[in-house]
Amino acid sequence: MIEIEKLTKRYGPMVAVDALSVDVRPGTVTGFLGPNGSGKSTTMRLILGLDVPDSGRVLIGGRRYRELRWPLREVGALLEAKAFHPGRSARSHLAALAASNDIPAARVDEVLAIVGLDGAARRRAGTFSLGMAQRLGIAAALLGDPGVLLLDEPVNGLDPEGVRWIRDLMKNLAAEGRTVFVSSHLISEMALAADRLVVIGRGRLLADTTVAELSARSASLEDAFLQLTSGAADYQTAVGHTRRSS
Amino acid sequence: MTVADSGRSRGRYGLAQAARMEWIKLRSLRSTWWTLAITAAGTVSIGVAVGVDTVNPSSDVTNNSLAGLIPGLLLVGALGVLTMTSEYSSGMIRSTLAAIPRRPLVLAGKAVVFGGVALAVGEVASFASFLAGSAALRHGIPAPALSQPGVLRAVMLSGVGFCLIGLLGLGLGAIIRHSAAALAVLVGGVYVAATFIGNISHAVAVYTPIIIVGNSLSTTKPETCGGGSASCPHLLSAWTGLGVLCLWAAIPLVLGGWMLARRDA
Repeated sequence: MIEIEKLTKRYGPMVAVDALSVDVRPGTVTGFLGPNGSGKSTTMRLILGLDVPDSGRVLIGGRRYRELRWPLREVGALLEAKAFHPGRSARSHLAALAASNDIPAARVDEVLAIVGLDGAARRRAGTFSLGMAQRLGIAAALLGDPGVLLLDEPVNGLDPEGVRWIRDLMKNLAAEGRTVFVSSHLISEMALAADRLVVIGRGRLLADTTVAELSARSASLEDAFLQLTSGAADYQTAVGHTRRSS
Repeated sequence: MTVADSGRSRGRYGLAQAARMEWIKLRSLRSTWWTLAITAAGTVSIGVAVGVDTVNPSSDVTNNSLAGLIPGLLLVGALGVLTMTSEYSSGMIRSTLAAIPRRPLVLAGKAVVFGGVALAVGEVASFASFLAGSAALRHGIPAPALSQPGVLRAVMLSGVGFCLIGLLGLGLGAIIRHSAAALAVLVGGVYVAATFIGNISHAVAVYTPIIIVGNSLSTTKPETCGGGSASCPHLLSAWTGLGVLCLWAAIPLVLGGWMLARRDA
């Protein structure tokens, strides 16, 4: 269970997250949707205590992230694809993280097998493709067998087989009773992977709903999403006006 | 897999866990071992060359044999910087801080592990330089022995000085976070500025890290540059020098730890 309470984060004059309040519940995959620059990644970083909010707070199982006793055993996170040193092997990267939270070394080989990197465990991670780097990030998230998973754009760089693999993995993790919070800007992928949807734009909550509810609002889920977020994007596209007017 | 049972584990992560993580990180990068090996080999080679070159039997032959430590300081300082800044350039810092959210522990773990490795390498390099430099002396120049006054102290404190410059680099890396900028401050501040200050004020220069290692820690006798004139004050004694050098390492580390805890990662 993740409780986000009136969370606000500013970077200079820009408000990245604006009084956001959401509960992310266990046992289900919760999709976190919004246009580019809507504050999804900032929210993820605030949950992990990497950035400090200007106001509000996030509780994970009733505690702030910094108060967790063994953080990696309670929360597993995939942030940007490359949160590792390129000169270190996949196994050494995971072994270092395991040591930090007293996770048995045998678990490193287990998660390498789960993500299909057992054959590349000794290779320097800097030589990995984007898809392999994503898999290493997911291995790190699973390392502590955590009850809460945060995945920021996990399908980036994955091929169709990898996309289906991560979708099935997330569903299985949720079915085991875990809290799975996954961000994406791909509405079509979220329609397949998520049960609940949290939609934000310009850092504000636009909808806290289910895939079925949101699709029922419009001709398609995509239409409903675009209606919801129109005016909340950090750019404007003039549809149908690509021809030069004379 | 099953959902983590929160009652399974007692206690909480602490310095021991942070240090174990940093030890695996440090030893799993090939660049760590290359840099340390080159540093140690270079230090000993210079010790031999200076030993061969020593013509004055009344000079501080021990200090001469330890001359290679000075360029080696630059490398260990740079390795200290990179131990911190490479986490930022690679994105590893986010994995590290998610694993150890009480951030000063991360820097403390790095200081313990990197400081320990730098101390071990520094002592090996110092003793090897001393033995090799002494063995390379010409006929007629008596080799110093560790039992002579101040010799063992000079050799041992040289290794300690090597470690402390590494920790100074680590602290700078934590404050500055960018490799190039932190390396520039290390080289510019510790080497260039020290030389510059040395040319204007000897009284201030004796407190700079390189002068301390070269002229206070690695000598058998407190050197003066002649007659105690105002322009040439006494260099710090070995133990005073060690204390000042500890401050040079501690201040950036404490400041870096404080900034690490306060800033967004």
